[in-house]
Amino acid sequence: MTSELFTLTITEARERLVKRELSAVELTRACLDRAAAIESRLNAFITLCPREAIEQAEVADRLIARGNCSSLTGIPLAIKDIFATRGVRTTCASKILEGFVPPYDATVIERLRAAGAIFLGKTNMDEFAMGSSTENSSFGPTRNPYDLRRVAGGSSGGSAAAVAADECIAALGTDTGGSIREPASFCGVVGLKPTYSRVSRYGVIAYASSLDQVGPFAKTVRDAAILLGEIAGVDPRDATCSARPVPDYEAALTGKVEGIRIGVPREFFVEGMQEDVGLAVRSAIKQFESQGCQVREISLPHTQYAVAAYYLIATAEASANLARYDGIRYGLRAEADNTLDLYNRTRDRGFGPEVKRRIMLGTFALSAGYYDAYYRKAQKVRTLIRQDFFRAFNDCDIILTPVAPTTAFELGEKIADPLQMYLSDIFTISVNLAGLPGLSVPCGYDRKGMPIGLQLIGPPFGEEIILRAGDAYERSGCVQRQPPPL
Amino acid sequence: MTSSSYEAVIGLEVHTHLMTRSKLFCGCSASFGSGPNENVCPVCLGMPGVLPVLNQYAVELALRVALATHSEVQTRSVFARKSYFYPDLPKGYQISQYELPLCKGGYIEIANGGESRRIRLVRIHMEEDAGKNLHEANYSLVDFNRSGVPLVEIVSEPDIRSAAEAGAYLRELRAILRYVGASEGRMEEGDFRCDVNVSVRRKGSDELGTKTEIKNLNSFRFVEKAITYEIGRQIELLEAGGRVTQETRLWDPNREETRPMRSKEFAHDYRYFPEPDLPPLEIDGQMLERVRAAMPELPAERRRRFQRDLGLGAYETAILTEDRAIADYFEALLNGGVIGSKTAANWTMTEVLRIVNETGKPLEEAVPPAAETRILLKMVQDGVVSLNAAKNAFSVMCKSGQPAAAVVARLGLAQVSDEAAIAAACDEVIAAESAKVAEYRAGRDKLFGFFVGQVMKAMGGKANPKVVNEILRQRLQS
Repeated sequence: MTSELFTLTITEARERLVKRELSAVELTRACLDRAAAIESRLNAFITLCPREAIEQAEVADRLIARGNCSSLTGIPLAIKDIFATRGVRTTCASKILEGFVPPYDATVIERLRAAGAIFLGKTNMDEFAMGSSTENSSFGPTRNPYDLRRVAGGSSGGSAAAVAADECIAALGTDTGGSIREPASFCGVVGLKPTYSRVSRYGVIAYASSLDQVGPFAKTVRDAAILLGEIAGVDPRDATCSARPVPDYEAALTGKVEGIRIGVPREFFVEGMQEDVGLAVRSAIKQFESQGCQVREISLPHTQYAVAAYYLIATAEASANLARYDGIRYGLRAEADNTLDLYNRTRDRGFGPEVKRRIMLGTFALSAGYYDAYYRKAQKVRTLIRQDFFRAFNDCDIILTPVAPTTAFELGEKIADPLQMYLSDIFTISVNLAGLPGLSVPCGYDRKGMPIGLQLIGPPFGEEIILRAGDAYERSGCVQRQPPPL
Repeated sequence: MTSSSYEAVIGLEVHTHLMTRSKLFCGCSASFGSGPNENVCPVCLGMPGVLPVLNQYAVELALRVALATHSEVQTRSVFARKSYFYPDLPKGYQISQYELPLCKGGYIEIANGGESRRIRLVRIHMEEDAGKNLHEANYSLVDFNRSGVPLVEIVSEPDIRSAAEAGAYLRELRAILRYVGASEGRMEEGDFRCDVNVSVRRKGSDELGTKTEIKNLNSFRFVEKAITYEIGRQIELLEAGGRVTQETRLWDPNREETRPMRSKEFAHDYRYFPEPDLPPLEIDGQMLERVRAAMPELPAERRRRFQRDLGLGAYETAILTEDRAIADYFEALLNGGVIGSKTAANWTMTEVLRIVNETGKPLEEAVPPAAETRILLKMVQDGVVSLNAAKNAFSVMCKSGQPAAAVVARLGLAQVSDEAAIAAACDEVIAAESAKVAEYRAGRDKLFGFFVGQVMKAMGGKANPKVVNEILRQRLQS
């Protein structure tokens, strides 16, 4: 099974492609065949693009033949259905975008296209990235490759599951409150949320603009570093995108972590955390110590307010971001006699319950008379949370926490209880509020065989150090990857 | 109590397009007159995932407006989302500025009668325009060409006290906008829009009465009429023991009255919050100095100079300075010191403005270059052509684009100053009109004009009137 082409990492595939031992068409076909075999069970993709993918692979093979290739030429990727892809329907897992085919590419898509990457298709997600389980998709939930009765996590559950189940070599997702890291953790793959502004958001359908960030899913930390290197960097179409030069992330993976100071926040080891998660994370801490890291306890005192602040800020921004889905210009339009009914019926039919809940919450938080008590207050909390982290980084180089308090839960287990669902992101949300980079690395399995994730948080633009630490941990071999039982 | 015991308190909110080539947040053309939805892209159509990027030239134009109105430019201002649903608003929110506008304070100086008054400004901020709905019988269409075109909103303090002052304020503001090249200020075309806040109170009172806001005002005349109407309406209401309701009212230009908007039309909670897609706008001293250095002379300075240095009156000055192009043209006529300021002023006010108004074209397209007009005026000064002939010549020059000398020659407009020829014509007239000559000599001085007319007629209107006068007077006296 491990000899199958679709199990290759970017690094392995790249080597064989360049040596011409393997063609991009063969590799792409292997991924497509794999997807064809297991998609009915997994539902990781909303749209598969086999014809386009093979065409792109043929082009990639010609580029490779001419020796004109980048690190991603010929590498089959899965793309979360939140990225605008020219000519390929883009749904954001919502009925309201029914029939929408963007006439433009997201900047990251444009860059990956230029790098010669192959796009296998668009992956499933929670509608408009609102959710932690990919159950809020109008295309049905994605199932966890390790246990089909369990969720893949969310909102980028499709991308995480596709990588875990080897339907692709790597994938793109977005992370607003944990939407890359939590599904990566649930599916046992690597997921990176870069520093806010590191990667362009142009063409990424907005959920919460001040929190959304694009990042890679991969089978190894090295692959995540390679993918980040291709998508990061200044974009004249995104005014919030940083002009800071993009370092060679792969070069940062020296394997040396000696002397790195690791902070472990006491607030993150909460009651109600699954026992196996705590054990796995503590054993990872020991591993880092054995590799020469200095581990110290730190405090992030405002952590307990993060979820509340997040659900005010994110929903406030979402309430405006989602106002454009009005049935006037594209997507779903309900029949109506007047404009007001047209809006009401279109939005009533087009949006799912969680999206409606968040639009209402955000609208309320911004309403006259409530703005100061909710939105403005939440922004103040955000500042305090950011200050917590900056203070902590005086005493440590990276921060280590679990990604989520539990492993993947069962389908339907939390969907009826939004507050329980919101708590799945309790360890990831404050990283978005502070705009920091966060890496999710597999750190073991629970007694039922479900993957557990370790979160490494860096200072702003500290991708190199968290990737270096994650890579060193991965290379230590303390965690043996167990392929999903598919 | 009569209306004279009340005073009006008026504040104006002006929206004006900035004359940029591209829109405020995307590269689409901001020009007018294209076919529906020709100047659109994913950004100004509000497609999913797109982001705004600020047009730096729009900021520069807004800064020119700020400097011209003595407004305080904020080193840091913040864009905000103003949310409401309307089919012409593609994102469901307008990107505007709210808590932290680009500029605060400032004033515009207006002349009302002989006295000059400062109307203070509250703020100036930048925002994007919406598209346009076109309603048909049983469907509506939306044209997004205007969506995302840059606007500045200029909000005055309630310092205005009459319809006339409001008119003076708007004219002065428009002149400033045109001078600094920020806006064309065409109200009828919709690129200069004005909402009015009006209240009344007893003279001497410091308290503000309840105000109404008037919308749908698309000419200066309507603004003045609407204010006059609204002041009258409010006073009448108060005098009858009633109360003014705070509301938005629409001007109905056909019935010449204001009427309340349906409450649904303005019961908005805009839910402003800072635009997360745009970083705060930072204006550093260097940028401000660069804009300041490139500022043209402003209308108020120019008016002072025209009156003080050129000896023009207030009326002439006002007309000549309202438009920068007109004032520039007038000054260009004075170049070389050949043409006097009165002559140049009269010619500009009558002939140049007549042609501009008749053709509806911008000045530089409507009339010949000032250098050519100067040659024509020099001909009048030298007696080569009469003033009337010069006016004809000017019209032809404007239409044909030919130089003054060529037009005068082609139309045979040059005057006859040859004394012998004129004397012969005078003699013929005197001989033919012996009865009238006798009357004149008996003291009917008024008949002199008649003789001049006859001579001119005999000479086909081309005789130099000065020479005709001289010779006739001489001959009639003898």
